Amino acid sequence: MHELMATMGKALHLLVSFDPALWEIIGVSFRVSLTAILVALPPALLVALVLARVAFPGRWLAISLVNTFMAVPTVVVGLVLFMLLSRSGPLGEWQLLFTQRAMVIGQIILASPILIAMLHSSLQSIDQRAWETARQLGAGRLQAFAMLIHEARFGVIAAVLAAFGRIIAEVGSAVMIGGNIEHFTRTITTAIALETLKGEFAQGIALGMVLLLLALLLNVLLGVMRGRGQQMVSA
Amino acid sequence: MLKRRLSLLAIAAVTAMLATGAQAAEIIRLATTTSTYNSGLLDYLLPKFEQDHPYQIQVIPVGTGKALRLGRDGDVDLVLTHAPAAEKAFVDAGYGVEPHGVMYNDFVIVGPSDDPAGIKGGDDAVKALATLADKNATFVSRGDDSGTNKKENHLWKAAGVTPDFSNYKAAGQGMGAVLKMTSELQGYTLTDRGTWLAMKDNLDLSILVEGDTKLFNPYQVILVNPERYKNLNTEGARALAQWLISDEGQTLIDAFRLKGKVLFHASAGEAVDPSKAVGAN
Repeated sequence: MHELMATMGKALHLLVSFDPALWEIIGVSFRVSLTAILVALPPALLVALVLARVAFPGRWLAISLVNTFMAVPTVVVGLVLFMLLSRSGPLGEWQLLFTQRAMVIGQIILASPILIAMLHSSLQSIDQRAWETARQLGAGRLQAFAMLIHEARFGVIAAVLAAFGRIIAEVGSAVMIGGNIEHFTRTITTAIALETLKGEFAQGIALGMVLLLLALLLNVLLGVMRGRGQQMVSA
Repeated sequence: MLKRRLSLLAIAAVTAMLATGAQAAEIIRLATTTSTYNSGLLDYLLPKFEQDHPYQIQVIPVGTGKALRLGRDGDVDLVLTHAPAAEKAFVDAGYGVEPHGVMYNDFVIVGPSDDPAGIKGGDDAVKALATLADKNATFVSRGDDSGTNKKENHLWKAAGVTPDFSNYKAAGQGMGAVLKMTSELQGYTLTDRGTWLAMKDNLDLSILVEGDTKLFNPYQVILVNPERYKNLNTEGARALAQWLISDEGQTLIDAFRLKGKVLFHASAGEAVDPSKAVGAN
């Protein structure tokens, strides 16, 4: 028990003293996951819009597929990407394995289904007539699209927060295609998973605290968003 | 009726728990390095010990740093590790008792077959590493505070190099993962011969430097100090340690082959002195 308290104390100290090694790892995590979200968001919006607005044959199948991919284990994404990016794999020439770019690709694959599914449902819940009204009032397609996104903005933010929460906390693909290389591809989760093997727990606990705080923050934000959204509807 | 059933269930559960508790006395928990475990040595040795002794051994394969930590925390009964300096500190601090040298094996430096840095054929590990740093070759380090990692750091120090060149990559992973990464990146790394032999068929790498006495790697068995924790199976741990350094254990170690190659050389003796040990860390 004493040992546990001492480790907790050390962890807190690492955090508040801005231990460079610790904050470098946190920086890598945020850089990779934010990049993945930024890259994934525009295409996800388009796909979600098509799924919500365009009736095409097989649409239900596409929606089911998106929902299925939401449940793909991160290690499976890691394994498939590893085989693709490996020197002996079809994309080996790109030399992406064990780089931050490879991790970004993995996280895009993990984030996209969540983004699409949540964007789809929030775009669908907007009044069908909004689009037509905007178009009739002389808005171009792009303007009408922007208007729709504005209408669905709380849903969009909720989708982004949920997807971000998933990918920054995932370890399976990050360790397989990132490699946990110090200063390059060592993230919060890979550090926790592998650095404790050294028998040094304080850093792991400090990083765990960061993830917990982040989860709390994201959930509070989501709650506030939802509250705002409801007020808007009732107003 | 339901109540009686529940209480019967509860009694059964408690009995089961007590039974497993009684069994726990027969279990020996051994923390050891991934290199011994992955080589298959323990799968070959331990059943032979278990045949003649009333114990069951649970092996926890981790890096040396973590193995010693498990010993310090009383989570295992004994450790079998290869980092003389760290082991001496472990014993000196009173975490471990009765250290004995058991055997040694060796490390090799592996890299791409076309060897762009040109270190092939030498038997001077220190010079080879200095060349790699000088040419900024891709070098994948365990970076996990394992015995292999400690050995690597010791060699860098001997070479007078701080390994912070831009293509030095500390992976913080086990030997298998690091060899795989090295092969993918066509870089260089330091590996124990056992893991190398076990994995080389799946790797696009070759041995480039071997045979330097600085690459020798002594293993030591140490009991966790029974005065620090109750519930340790010290008797079992001592029986296992004594068996490993007995004539029988030593003969078996020498007879072990991996893919037809000798891996470990029996060398039972006193505690390994880090200042004198061949290949001390």
